[in-house]
Amino acid sequence: MTVFLVIIVLALLAVTGWQISKIFELSKKPDGDTSQVANDNDNRWNGILMLAFVIFLYVITIYCFWEYGRFYLPEAAAEHGSEYDNLMFISLGLIMFVQIITQGLLHYFAYKYKGKKTQKALFYADNDKLEFIWTIIPVITLAGLIIYGLFTWSDIMNINEEEDPLVIEIYAYQFDWRARYSGEDNTLGKANVRFIEGVNQLGVDESDSYGDDDKIVTELHLPVNRPVLFKFRSQDVLHSAYFPFFRAQMNVVPGMITQFGFTPTITTEEMRESEYMVDKVKSVNEERKERNEDLIAAGEPTLDPYEFDYFLLCNKICGQAHYNMQMKIIVESEEDYEAWLAEQPTFASTMEGSNQDQAPAAPSEDMETEEPQESEAVAVVDNEKN
Amino acid sequence: MSAIATAPAHDHHDDHGHHHKETFITKYIFSQDHKMIAKQYLITGLIMGVIGIAMSILFRIQLAWPEQSFWVFEALLGERWAPDGVMSPSIYLALVTIHGTIMVFFVLTAGLSGTFSNLLIPLQIGARDMASGFLNMVSYWLFFLSSVIMLASLFVESGPAMAGWTIYPPLSALPQAISGSGTGMTLWLVSMAIFIASSLLGSLNYIVTVINLRTEGMSMTRLPLTIWAFFVTAIIGVVSFPVLLSAALLLIMDRSFGTSFFLSDIFIQGEVLSHQGGSPVLFEHLFWFLGHPEVYIVLLPTLGITSEIIATNSRKPIFGYRAMVASILAIAFLSTIVWGHHMFISGMNPFLGSVFTFTTLLIAIPSAVKAFNYITTLWKGNLQMNPAMLFSIGLVSTFITGGLTGIILGDSTLDINVHDTYFVVAHFHLVMGISALYGLFAGVYHWFPKMFGRMMNKNLGYIHFWVTAVGAYGVFFPMHFIGIAGLPRRYYTNTNFPYFDDYADVNVIITVAAIITALIQLVFLYNFFSSIFFGKKATQNPWKSNTLEWTTPVEHIHGNWPGKIPSVYRWAYDYSKTGENGEYVIKGQDFVSQVVPLQEGEEELNH
Repeated sequence: MTVFLVIIVLALLAVTGWQISKIFELSKKPDGDTSQVANDNDNRWNGILMLAFVIFLYVITIYCFWEYGRFYLPEAAAEHGSEYDNLMFISLGLIMFVQIITQGLLHYFAYKYKGKKTQKALFYADNDKLEFIWTIIPVITLAGLIIYGLFTWSDIMNINEEEDPLVIEIYAYQFDWRARYSGEDNTLGKANVRFIEGVNQLGVDESDSYGDDDKIVTELHLPVNRPVLFKFRSQDVLHSAYFPFFRAQMNVVPGMITQFGFTPTITTEEMRESEYMVDKVKSVNEERKERNEDLIAAGEPTLDPYEFDYFLLCNKICGQAHYNMQMKIIVESEEDYEAWLAEQPTFASTMEGSNQDQAPAAPSEDMETEEPQESEAVAVVDNEKN
Repeated sequence: MSAIATAPAHDHHDDHGHHHKETFITKYIFSQDHKMIAKQYLITGLIMGVIGIAMSILFRIQLAWPEQSFWVFEALLGERWAPDGVMSPSIYLALVTIHGTIMVFFVLTAGLSGTFSNLLIPLQIGARDMASGFLNMVSYWLFFLSSVIMLASLFVESGPAMAGWTIYPPLSALPQAISGSGTGMTLWLVSMAIFIASSLLGSLNYIVTVINLRTEGMSMTRLPLTIWAFFVTAIIGVVSFPVLLSAALLLIMDRSFGTSFFLSDIFIQGEVLSHQGGSPVLFEHLFWFLGHPEVYIVLLPTLGITSEIIATNSRKPIFGYRAMVASILAIAFLSTIVWGHHMFISGMNPFLGSVFTFTTLLIAIPSAVKAFNYITTLWKGNLQMNPAMLFSIGLVSTFITGGLTGIILGDSTLDINVHDTYFVVAHFHLVMGISALYGLFAGVYHWFPKMFGRMMNKNLGYIHFWVTAVGAYGVFFPMHFIGIAGLPRRYYTNTNFPYFDDYADVNVIITVAAIITALIQLVFLYNFFSSIFFGKKATQNPWKSNTLEWTTPVEHIHGNWPGKIPSVYRWAYDYSKTGENGEYVIKGQDFVSQVVPLQEGEEELNH
């Protein structure tokens, strides 16, 4: 497929080059004009190419929408997502409308009024009425868009605490994610990087009893149709928690807690069975099959067939493995979620476990133990007030 | 042929003693002549451009054929950064970072605005030179120095800066976070600090020159739009560049002197850092306080250049001169109060996001006015399709395409899901990258006769334009679609997300288009350098233009005009102006130079 496309592109370019060189030859002949200033002949064929160019623009626009339009993300899996998509489609429709009209006019005029020796340009310097019209039209359209956009924005960003959202901390570090569930009390224990030690990789404050029932996991499970409030914390550099399928994103900033809330509405199972995703997975697997053929030929291990899962990815440059900082998200029914959560150990039990079988100074595998700094400097981030 | 009133040559050197002898060094190296400095800026800018574009080709190859071995990587990056010819993730990020830095600052700020502000401000306002030739020279040499330091950073053992051209801390502050944040980042900051000094000296000079050195009769409302654009650009440069300098200084302090302006609560490589209380969000504010006006620092000069070229080649006045000036002013003002739209999801208060959405979408209004005015200028014109004109029309086209997607990104709601995806990359490359490059090319083709006294080959210019035009859309149009599908930018490879596997073909198309587009620029380079030496000798006013620079002799002289400085009697856009009898104002000639006094019975338009 790839090779085929490359060949097509190259062939088209070769044709373009050949045509241009032909025109180039033609344009040379007539009068041996060497002034290097465009003459009528140059004006004519460049004018025609302008018209051809706008047709090219229309064609690639149609082609891209036809061929790549399906890349647009599937139906939003969060409640506010349909609002988001509506606004997106309205804006896209509007800009495509303006794009087609203005590009058409621009290139058509370039073609229509291509210079001739006999032609006289119209001295037309000003028209207040015309200029007023095309100032006021964008003003009105943009006012509409701004107002619609701002309502949606405040809907999304103003988190309704009264709905009693499930509070989950998303913790980012180079180059992975952790999720901390707030447990029975739905309140996260205090935490700070200065408490990081041994198995306490997220720096949860052991002295804060709210933290005892917190559960730290590597895979994000969300109950469907329940509002979730995410609190984001970073251990080292800026990251960005991007949930494309939920139309949600928030930067993760060291030294502060950011937040974003949404309500997942489509379970992983439902999404997998959706028409969109069945097609998508098929197309991905075809691509992978092709790659596997190459890999087999090269005697390298092959790729597994793909099955869809929601994911969270890092979308702010964060270091050399930035491109592979992801976490699987599973949206499931309330019961499945509860069952899964019950299996996860609480923070208190993890700490206890580690204290019991603590050989003197056993460092955890991926983080070296480090004594916390002297306690005066420790600023404890207060989670419950956020 | 033309009715240009060149002053008689006998009152030579009336106000300008320039009899001192020029040596090679004072003429070509430490020159204080604005025309020579313009050429120095242009050639340095072009060299930086070649490097910047070559880098983009390298990382595009990696994106299309991830983690495969290419001899070109091994040859250019070496064993350290491309073991067995496979590009390493760190050098990928470094290339992305330095590509952005070079293109935005060194090519499109200095190379473009430096070249044309220097060349055109004195020539088009009727001045002998810049207000301070010496500061102008210093400005260029600081730019040169900063370019050298930036390029030197490529050869540092731990690699050049890798934190993205926006160098957000903590990544850019901590060598433990990424190797490029060591010496490479230090050099980046030093280079940029010098660059800012250079830019400020240049801008102050432009402002003073435009205000003080206009010739007799050159009122502000008779200035060509190029000068308006350069003037306003210089003002926003002076307003916003110092803020970047302060951001850079604070970052240097955080890096080297243990302060905590931008750093807080960091645990890295098994160690808690002592930094406490700073915020990366503060850096983002400071950076984008420059970063956003920077977009217009890049764009406004090209819009000025295009206005001039479109009017000249349409043989028509620019439509709505006053509206064009007002739009430049409005864009400049608004550009300084929209920086927050880069930070909608930075953790900034959502209410601030609303305010920035509002101001951002307002910018669409003056931009739309400009686009419509360009289109109307073409209407009923007599379009002379010189390469400069083609690039100007191309600029309007990419400015519209790229500008429209700004409506999506400027909307805080929609930004949530396309922030930092390839949609953003496509948007800003079209609206500021490609548009500004087209403006640069248009300017070079148009003013080449003024700079070098020779013409560039038009047929090579046509080939250059048409292939570039198709190629640029070929690169950036499909890119919108993978962006809107959620593909993040600055990923070394997308293969770790099987979900993105079927976008691979699009990436191949983009890369192939990018390679072709980059290669065709060699035609331009050949045309440029060969025309300097072998081009056809230019006439004094090859494009039959009205502005003052075309009243100077082809041969450069220090002080620009051999005799008196010409006086100006009209605006710059009296193309195809006719009297009541339907005849051109000057018989048989469809343009009236600014130095021609009003003819009998002719009315000056109240524009």
